[in-house]
Amino acid sequence: MSRTWGITQAVDLAEAQQRMTAMMSIPLPPVPNVKLLKPVQVRAQIVHVRAAGAYRELALHAPGVGVDARPGQFVTLGVGGESSALLLRRAFALSGVDGNVVSVVVAAHGPGTRWILERGAGDVMDLIGPLGRPFPEPPPGGAALLVAGGYGAAPFVGLAQRLNAAGHAVAAVLGAATADRLYAVHDLAPLTQVVSVTTEDGSAGRTGRVTDVLPELLPGASAVYACGPMPMLRAVAAQAAACGLPCHVSVEEAMACGIGVCMTCVLPVIGDDGTSAFVRSCVDGPVFDAAKVRFDDIGRLPGDLHGAGAMRANT
Amino acid sequence: MRARLGATTIPSPVLTASGCAAAGRELDPFLDLTALGAVVTKSVQLRARSGRPTPRMAETPSGMLNSIGLQGPGIDAFLAKDLPWLAARGARAMVSIAGGAVEEYAELASRLRGAAGLVAVEVNISCPNVESRGEVFACDPAAASAVLAAVRAADPGVPVYAKLSPDVTDIVSVARACVDSGADGISAINTLLGLVIDTDTLRPVLAAETGGLSGPAIRPVALRCVWQIHRALPNTPILGMGGITNGADALQFILAGASAVSVGTAVFGDPNAPERIGRELAGALAGKGFSRCSDAIGYAHRAPGRTGVHRVDA
Ligand SMILES: Cc1cc2nc3c(=O)[nH]c(=O)nc-3n(C[C@H](O)[C@H](O)[C@H](O)COP(=O)(O)OP(=O)(O)OC[C@H]3O[C@@H](n4cnc5c(N)ncnc54)[C@H](O)[C@@H]3O)c2cc1C
Ligand SMILES: Cc1cc2nc3c(=O)[nH]c(=O)nc-3n(C[C@H](O)[C@H](O)[C@H](O)COP(=O)(O)O)c2cc1C
Ligand code: FES
Repeated sequence: MSRTWGITQAVDLAEAQQRMTAMMSIPLPPVPNVKLLKPVQVRAQIVHVRAAGAYRELALHAPGVGVDARPGQFVTLGVGGESSALLLRRAFALSGVDGNVVSVVVAAHGPGTRWILERGAGDVMDLIGPLGRPFPEPPPGGAALLVAGGYGAAPFVGLAQRLNAAGHAVAAVLGAATADRLYAVHDLAPLTQVVSVTTEDGSAGRTGRVTDVLPELLPGASAVYACGPMPMLRAVAAQAAACGLPCHVSVEEAMACGIGVCMTCVLPVIGDDGTSAFVRSCVDGPVFDAAKVRFDDIGRLPGDLHGAGAMRANT
Repeated sequence: MRARLGATTIPSPVLTASGCAAAGRELDPFLDLTALGAVVTKSVQLRARSGRPTPRMAETPSGMLNSIGLQGPGIDAFLAKDLPWLAARGARAMVSIAGGAVEEYAELASRLRGAAGLVAVEVNISCPNVESRGEVFACDPAAASAVLAAVRAADPGVPVYAKLSPDVTDIVSVARACVDSGADGISAINTLLGLVIDTDTLRPVLAAETGGLSGPAIRPVALRCVWQIHRALPNTPILGMGGITNGADALQFILAGASAVSVGTAVFGDPNAPERIGRELAGALAGKGFSRCSDAIGYAHRAPGRTGVHRVDA
């Protein structure tokens, strides 16, 4: 399945590759501040399921969802059917968009994801999307370094395509515990100059973690994009900051609603005015400027947070 | 299908629930806010509140536990941004207020007085009273009554609903105390205090340890509360809530004595739920021969032995 991500013409890979080699300083127009379309709620029918290592990639017919969706945005799926005891929706990063078809990569976690993994072509699910804020585009001309842990690579094929189309060189570091938890290694190869793979058990690529290979690749990059578990994001953010590079992280906080009404998914983020606040990752994220995320304070209530004083007075 | 909030007529008996719809705006893509009975807004306090640390949520069988801790912008920002947006959108707001002292509730009510878009005030008394070693107002009829009297005095005109906690021995005595102090109606129920322990970390899942249980898991408890309050105070309007996910659930609350219902947790699974439930409730009422929602209020309290089918033309 081709993933076009709202790029009107399909990306010509050969041309993109050519551009990458000649890329370094192609001047680009400033990135337009795209207005995000409102999410829609649809009955989405599974058109195709394919195995992707330990994961499965579902392609769903979801009219209107993909129209203006961007890499980094996500969808939520209702799970368990009509009389389900699982009330809350599950969030998944969009891994591809092709007209009315959107795709997601699903890893088995608990009962909700297991239910999804039992679905097959023809089954219908309640889908809402696109949700959240996408990855921004990097400053003109620079090379982008994409860093993923496991299924965190889901948004990166689309992102690499967009970056290529805009004339950016791309390198990717894909890490996982084991080889079967890597995603998109082959899909990313033609879109990148370098794909570096790490596994913790050595079953593919280099033995170790993504952070072990970053020191080699960071010097050539002008922006870093990371998606994966929170400890990985925190480590990548620190390495990018040490090199003075902008870093965009897509966080994965537990969500109850995914649309901004419940205040479950918050994390401490430094605002434009310098004040920190608990910010909703579903509507103000999941992509954040890593320099603004207070990783050390996730799961805590720092005293300088906006409104923290009122908590001491009465909890 | 019209309903009433106190003396105010609203176009539907289905409302959102406080804390489950923010201030309405985020639901705008998913339903017609103007067609709801009202948007019940997240409990607002005098000052901005950060809320509690994460994790703030744990899914439980047919329910969820939350420990949001009333995160919110404070009344100034609410009056500057949230309420005007709802008013401009043409939606009705039932504004939920919360505080740590009687005077805070009174000040909130006077700040809200006459605000455009405001159709009613819901007083969330499931909050610790800082002047009484943190005892929750809703657990003490005297404290609950002091709050409601202060709110009533601050705004004599607006419909005021007292929102009760089910975590009490005798919910009727709290309801009666609130009504005697000037509450026009009762909202029932707030969440029940619960706990989930993570068997990997061997610690509570929520950073705050305990949290409020909501969703279908609490529906029978909520329904029992509405039933008891209606039986004791048959002329007091009740906004019923707790685990409503469809029209049949909503109908149960009406039959138990609620004159309108709030839909909370179900919105997280289906942001269109309040609109859908309104439609389903209308169908369920019509199916049982009720031409108006008000005819069904408390209908389950009638003596046993009479037919379950209500015929207005019979
Ligand atoms: C923005 C975002 C993008 C995501 N993208 C993907 C993806 O592309 N592929 C993929 O496999 N998974 C993804 N996840 C994680 C996925 O949502 C969870 O694995 C899933 O919700 C777990 O549900 P469960 O019933 O299997 O597990 P349970 O643990 O039973 O879930 C219980 C509750 O906790 C929430 N929850 C539990 N773990 C997570 C988690 N890690 N993140 C968010 N909520 C959680 C669930 O939504 C549910 O409400 C993403 C999460 C977020 C927030
Ligand atoms: C995430 C969440 C936040 C809530 N916040 C508030 C609140 O701010 N004020 C309030 O009075 N009730 C609050 N409630 C309680 C609901 O309004 C409602 O009384 C309760 O959840 C039962 O209804 P439900 O089962 O339909 O959710 C909250 C509930 C949830 C799940
Ligand atoms: S998940 Fe509900 S506000 Fe983000």
